[in-house]
Amino acid sequence: MSHQSTYTPGNGFSRWLDARLPVMRLVNDSFVDYPTPRNLNYWWTFGGILTFCLAVQIVTGIVLAMHYVPTTELAFASVEHIMRDVNYGWLIRYVHSNGASMFFIAVYIHMFRGLYYGSYKAPREVLWILGVLIYLLMMATAFFGYVLPWGQMSFWGATVITNLFGAIPFVGEALRTWLWGGFSVGDPTLNRFFSLHYLFPFLIAGVVILHVWALHVSGQGNPAGIEVKDPAKDTIPFTPYATIKDAFGLALFAILFAYFVFYNPNGLGEPDNYIVANPLSTPAHIVPEWYLLPFYAILRAVPDKLGGVVLMFGAIAILFVLPWLDTSKVRSARFRPLFKQFFWIFVAVCIGLGYCGGQSPDKILLAVGDGGFDVTDLSRILTVYYFAHFIILFPVLGLIEKPKPLPESIAASVLPGTRQDKATS
Amino acid sequence: MADIHAVEPTRRDFLYVATGSLAAVGAAFAVWPLIDQMNPDASVLALASIEVDISNIPVGQETTFKWRGKPVFVRHRSEEEIAAADSVDISTLPDPQADSDRVITGPEGTLEKQWLVVIGICTHLGCVPLSYRGEYDGYFCPCHGSVYDTSGRIRKGPAPLNLEVPPYAFISDTKIKIG
Repeated sequence: MSHQSTYTPGNGFSRWLDARLPVMRLVNDSFVDYPTPRNLNYWWTFGGILTFCLAVQIVTGIVLAMHYVPTTELAFASVEHIMRDVNYGWLIRYVHSNGASMFFIAVYIHMFRGLYYGSYKAPREVLWILGVLIYLLMMATAFFGYVLPWGQMSFWGATVITNLFGAIPFVGEALRTWLWGGFSVGDPTLNRFFSLHYLFPFLIAGVVILHVWALHVSGQGNPAGIEVKDPAKDTIPFTPYATIKDAFGLALFAILFAYFVFYNPNGLGEPDNYIVANPLSTPAHIVPEWYLLPFYAILRAVPDKLGGVVLMFGAIAILFVLPWLDTSKVRSARFRPLFKQFFWIFVAVCIGLGYCGGQSPDKILLAVGDGGFDVTDLSRILTVYYFAHFIILFPVLGLIEKPKPLPESIAASVLPGTRQDKATS
Repeated sequence: MADIHAVEPTRRDFLYVATGSLAAVGAAFAVWPLIDQMNPDASVLALASIEVDISNIPVGQETTFKWRGKPVFVRHRSEEEIAAADSVDISTLPDPQADSDRVITGPEGTLEKQWLVVIGICTHLGCVPLSYRGEYDGYFCPCHGSVYDTSGRIRKGPAPLNLEVPPYAFISDTKIKIG
């Protein structure tokens, strides 16, 4: 859907600049005149919301780094200093710490949107893979950031996660020592995590540029999952239509964001992280931040240490090959009655795994005799289902499912009288 | 283009490849300091071993020392604790190891069975176990319920291995060097 440039420089200066660096042309063609499918719904506003989240994290993060001290002696105290002494420090830190959670809420909605509407299918495989890469970078960044306040959860979270690399055969031990810069999580570890925490958001920004570039080569997907046929009928200019819709979605999202920042700033955190890190005492129950809980549940579901690590990373790695696992030619779940049901089961499984990751693994859910069905058992069933969804359901559903008829065009799918998708669903 | 590749490689081709290879090796060497700087530095390695005085640990008690940022339990075991650790049928253990292999010889050349020195880190996911807890009166990990005996061997729960015995040696009757 790469389109002919419609930019015409309005005055002498922009003509001069356009001949030397056509940056205004790039902006115009990408974000103003860019043809957008006319049937985009609000699930498509999360790309803009995510851009906003990244910008908020970078701006607040740069400011926090002006006051934070990355040494084990002073890290915890410097965060309290930010909270109590620095002008508006409390606000900036709460925006940053809750901003991470908001970022993940938005990215999960964005990813499930992609799964539901088949956004990963040809010709958008590279676009999807770049997205998964951004997600991985986000998780690494969030992990580094969570270590910085140097509370109990920071320290023990870092210990458990870095110990995962120790499970790798042969090089595990050396790799772990190399990551730590010592023989356990300590000063060198904190310092390098701070350095990397500052670096990674800019890597994310770089991959985001590639992600948007890939998006603009293949063109946006849309809820009907069909390609644009007649740009005059099927598309509308990005500005003002998509811009305003994104802005409205963003405003609603900002209300949720503000609720957490102003009314429940620690609601998504762990109280234990307000205890300064103590290498000699482990908190009774170590949990990662909520957005990593499903993967933590998969890790603990496997009785073998290396196996757990492999499955945990495999749960993310499998997303990279998803475009080739799905055999269905139809993109949108709207026209895939079977896939649609399994999609919601998958969402429930992911939420279930998140629940398991937050509970003690030996918590009994259903008492039978003196034992019973505990959280580990549930995690195992859900883990098997998670992988089965990708390895079995995606290839098989595409072969056995009879999709509903697709609309003739994007315009036909939304214009009055021709909404056949609504009529049949 | 195909014609060019079909002809015999020239002296110039060889020089190109050799120069390029040398540049790649040079670049790899230049990267090494950037990688190795993340390994433990001299100040960390200087603290890699500690000497501790064990003369004031009474029988039946334990002291925790911090070594390489980790807790090390030095336990002065009673006769009953030693007997309990000795009497176990090793073949029934998840990580079979005799108690006599988990203690070392002292300055007199005899096995110092009364001293158990282990790293206080659960082999499951790295928590610090609690001492004198659990059904074997050894160690109990509150995180996921691993139970260790008076020799620090895993008996029950998800941990795969016994508590690690750090490298240590007796300097005198009352002093040991850990690391």
